[in-house]
Amino acid sequence: MSKRIDVKDLNVYYGKFLAVEDVNINIEAKSVTAFIGPSGCGKSTFLRTLNRMHEVIPGARVEGEVLLDGDNLYGPGVDPVTVRSQIGMVFQRPNPFPTMSIRDNVLAGVKLNNQKMSKGEADALVERSLQGANLWNEVKDRLAKPGSGLSGGQQQRLCIARAIAVEPQVILMDEPCSALDPISTLAIEDLINDLKDQYTVVIVTHNMQQAARVSDRTAFFNIAGTGKPGKLIEVGDTHTIFSNPTQKATEDYVSGRFG
Amino acid sequence: MTSTLTPVRKRSALTKGQLPKFAPYVVLALALVVGAAIMAVIGFNAFGWGIVAAILFTAGLVGWSAAVEGGRKAKDKLATCLVVGSFLVALLPLISVILTVLINGLPGLLDPGFLNTSMNGVTGAFDNKSVEQGAPVMGGIYHALIGTIQITLLATVISVPVGLLTAVYLVEYGEDRPLARAITFFVDVMTGIPSIVAGLFAAAFFFAVVGPGTKTGAVAAVALSVLMIPVVVRSSEEMLKIVPNELREAAYALGVRKWRTILKVVIPTAISGIASGVTLAIARVIGETAPILVTAGFATSINTNVFSGWMASLPTFIYTQILNPTSPSNPDPSSQRAWGAALVLIILVMLLNLGARLIARIFAPKTGR
Repeated sequence: MSKRIDVKDLNVYYGKFLAVEDVNINIEAKSVTAFIGPSGCGKSTFLRTLNRMHEVIPGARVEGEVLLDGDNLYGPGVDPVTVRSQIGMVFQRPNPFPTMSIRDNVLAGVKLNNQKMSKGEADALVERSLQGANLWNEVKDRLAKPGSGLSGGQQQRLCIARAIAVEPQVILMDEPCSALDPISTLAIEDLINDLKDQYTVVIVTHNMQQAARVSDRTAFFNIAGTGKPGKLIEVGDTHTIFSNPTQKATEDYVSGRFG
Repeated sequence: MTSTLTPVRKRSALTKGQLPKFAPYVVLALALVVGAAIMAVIGFNAFGWGIVAAILFTAGLVGWSAAVEGGRKAKDKLATCLVVGSFLVALLPLISVILTVLINGLPGLLDPGFLNTSMNGVTGAFDNKSVEQGAPVMGGIYHALIGTIQITLLATVISVPVGLLTAVYLVEYGEDRPLARAITFFVDVMTGIPSIVAGLFAAAFFFAVVGPGTKTGAVAAVALSVLMIPVVVRSSEEMLKIVPNELREAAYALGVRKWRTILKVVIPTAISGIASGVTLAIARVIGETAPILVTAGFATSINTNVFSGWMASLPTFIYTQILNPTSPSNPDPSSQRAWGAALVLIILVMLLNLGARLIARIFAPKTGR
């Protein structure tokens, strides 16, 4: 239950502005791939093209191909909703639905799509998802309480539980720890390690140590200057990128010489 | 002399002089007394006394403060006096209106049968009798109450779907297209339509479609919904706009369709604001007189069918009772009924406002732990 993603010659636009230029990358199944790079270099923008969330923004569009196990996400007649139900996403800031209880938040993907599910199945899914997000023990006694009453780290894990409850092939994470304290960050990083047994995980992070800790492969994005498009500079095994990169810019960035 | 005694300090080096705590009360008492004296000289009236006392109080307190505490504190006191004064000025008409309506309306409201009888068959003879022989005032507002509730309810049923769907289009699908901008512009224009024009429009529309002389509760409801729709659109639009985009994206990322996201995430998140906006829109149109006069006429008997026949409503009831008293020679019973109806109308609006707050509280997203 996980698929690989291959990106071919992808250009990402906001209106006429070319935000990310000519990306070619292969993301392996059941692995963690980290995107690193300075702010504004297009990591998050590129990540959002991988489940067609980019086009939610008015005027945004892409050119090129993103293949999920060989099927082009941007092929004619592809329904973005189908794409998103296979490729889940966790956002920078925890965003549980404020009108729903913890349980309903986990079941949101099922309930909002009006899929019928017996109470027993729903209970099992809630427990499985919350266990998967390492949150079950903390919330099992208050599933009926609102999700917004949890702490920031718990809310983010609730959002991860919500994402894995729809059983996607791939999980995209857009700086999932940037709003969290070190303890919650550690909990999420442990979770990412567990998730890669079942899912393909792609994570955007500002934190190079985090990329080094959690990822198998790392992609470095950079930008030549303001107004210029972001580019994928180098991608490789995390160990290689951090110890022996082939590009000068990568070495400068990971060694802290800029950025 | 060397002394081990700590020097007795009168005042902290960090403060200037301070007015005693009772200073405002002393100044207030003085201002009232002096004000009364001045008014006694030029001819006493309560309103002038209040104004003179307020001016004297402000001048006295600010002057005293300037002498003892210094300029900054004096300016602070002046600003406080101005703010409190403006608040009282703004509050006076409201309290005055409520008091007047209460005093004049309570006898009518407490009249037995006022709420559950109509004006059907109540003639000038009854009113003359009640004035001359002290018999209880006959007649009531039952028919007008029914009319007001039915007309307003029908107007709400028309306006809320139209207004809410328009707001959904503007916020979720409009994307600043020319159509969306045109709708926004015309909604703004509609907000400023005089209510009589809305009434004439509805009357003319039904004359053209159904037939000349069509005056029913439904026509009035259409006129009122012309006034209500822009208010509902505006308030719902604002409420939908403040729903964080993150929630929409979270739903999209779970593979939820856009219309389901709007129906199950966006609207539930904004429902408390939308509901209170709708209630306030109802409160805004429930007292409209002119559009109902030209669309539903005025009836004296009970009519529970909004789709046929003339219909009374509280505002038109008040209007006709005051302008054309049932007994022209003894207008007092009529004016008592009119004040009673006015009191009921104010109570209705207050209940609606309370309802709006209650709805907002019930539907508000919960944050409990």
